[in-house]
Amino acid sequence: MKISREEIEHVAMLARLELTEEELITNTEQLNSILDYAAMLEKLNTDDIKPTAHAVPLHNVLREDQVQPSMNREKVLGNAPQAEGGFFKVPRIV
Amino acid sequence: MEIATRTIGELHELLESKAVSATELAQGFLTRIEAVDPEIKAFITVTKETALEQAKAVDEKQARGEKLGALEGIPMALKDNLCTEGIRTTCSSKILDNFIPPYNATVTDKLKEAGAVLLGKLNMDEFAMGSSTENSGFFPTRNPWDLERVPGGSSGGSVAAVASDQAVFTLGSDTGGSIRQPAAFCGVVGLKPTYGLVSRYGLVAYASSLDQIGPVTKTVADNAWVLNAIAGHDAKDSTSVSLTTPDYTQFLSEDIRGLRIGVPQEYFGQGMDPQVEAVLQEAIRTYEGLGAIVEQCSLPHTEYAMPAYYLIATAEASSNLARYDGVRYGHRTESPEDILSMFCKTRAEGFGSEVKRRIMLGTYALSAGYYDAYYLKAQKVRTLIVRDFDQAFEKYDVLLSPTTPTTAFRIGEKSADPLTMYLSDVCTVPINLAGIPAMSIPAGFVDGLPVGMQLMGKHFAEGTLYKAAYAFEKNTPFHKVKPSLSQGGAR
Repeated sequence: MKISREEIEHVAMLARLELTEEELITNTEQLNSILDYAAMLEKLNTDDIKPTAHAVPLHNVLREDQVQPSMNREKVLGNAPQAEGGFFKVPRIV
Repeated sequence: MEIATRTIGELHELLESKAVSATELAQGFLTRIEAVDPEIKAFITVTKETALEQAKAVDEKQARGEKLGALEGIPMALKDNLCTEGIRTTCSSKILDNFIPPYNATVTDKLKEAGAVLLGKLNMDEFAMGSSTENSGFFPTRNPWDLERVPGGSSGGSVAAVASDQAVFTLGSDTGGSIRQPAAFCGVVGLKPTYGLVSRYGLVAYASSLDQIGPVTKTVADNAWVLNAIAGHDAKDSTSVSLTTPDYTQFLSEDIRGLRIGVPQEYFGQGMDPQVEAVLQEAIRTYEGLGAIVEQCSLPHTEYAMPAYYLIATAEASSNLARYDGVRYGHRTESPEDILSMFCKTRAEGFGSEVKRRIMLGTYALSAGYYDAYYLKAQKVRTLIVRDFDQAFEKYDVLLSPTTPTTAFRIGEKSADPLTMYLSDVCTVPINLAGIPAMSIPAGFVDGLPVGMQLMGKHFAEGTLYKAAYAFEKNTPFHKVKPSLSQGGAR
């Protein structure tokens, strides 16, 4: 299965990455070569195998809903490219 | 007095006997960093003021007549993906170039409580994606044994700093070998603990089901001291395991008679340098001489670990790295037209090529129509890898292999072809998939370059690894050999 240039452009949009012409070409080549290599997994029959998400399984990690101190708002907003009035600021959306 | 080469235990005694003060230690290491780091380039940030303040606090504590803990006053440094409150934390990425964390990682807090002295933050492959530290968004780090070679990666700075005696110990992170592979390339001791033993809170996420933080040290005993300080349950990391951790130094014993060691055949296969293999054969004879029972064994699905790893790790990364969107922290593109172009341009400008490649692969593997074929398939193969280890550990206490198939490669040698670079982690990625602990310790040299031996254990059997590693270290000279640096200066 070969990924086409169009598919790469679609994936780049899904990933919110603006790729240059050169990056589109190298990514198409390199992803195809990595996926060719990954195709060896098809040799294994895994029909009756359950998937593993975490190797050390933990279930239902819950705690009481208690109010705890939050992070310092000034310090948090201090990292924002733009902030105003205690909020993160972004370009106009609507 | 020569201090830079000393171990945690030795420095602790010097501090306790007042032969040296914590301030003198911190000064000594800061001076050494100034002399040595221009050629090694392990540090992104040196935290001189923090180090001197923390050292002063230790000296004051001692002046009040209080006893010092094992790590109190010991100079160390952290990989730059571990959050440090008020201290720039970049992940070696342009996208986090100006990020000042508003909080500490749990390991940062724990080391602070233990009184360790922070010298600075260490270079790495951007977002821990790489095997050579050439993918740093700032500059490559060099191998202290040969400046034309890579230190390995992604924790290249963490390992090079210890190997060149610029820090007594460091912390790294390991997603597919990022502590062990560079530890092997630079001839130091590196542990990837069991998944869930050390809290990942405040570790900038790469692949959350695989990431673990671990110590890089000069000796096995030092490694146990550091693990003592950082292991344990943390409510802030829901994958952190709730259990009482032992004092790991109690396992440091030379008596390993009857220890059952399995040697998986598959780890001596593809791309293995025959000279590296010869070093490992000699190490096996050392273990036999110490009374261990060594047998060949098999982990039959090993060859499938690498492709499964790259699908799982990149899928998780594509999700984790979605947060870098120019809204809350880090880089934002100049004057974007709208919100979509802000996201796309910010990420295009901020991420390096390997990070983009992995985000692309992971996004593809998770996208509609391909999820079953790639991500789900890889997770099923992961189950088979886990079973291989379960079966092997029914018979053996420890598994032994090379950490890497070759010694450190040259800068630039593998950067053109991502797949070739990925294969330098062929012996380390299966361990992360299985979540088991593994460490790399110095096992010998080939043409003047260090060779690492990997020891693997059952979940939460770090103690057994330390025991096996300590016995080997006590009966071999390799950890005492130091690289000669042109700007080596006074150690």
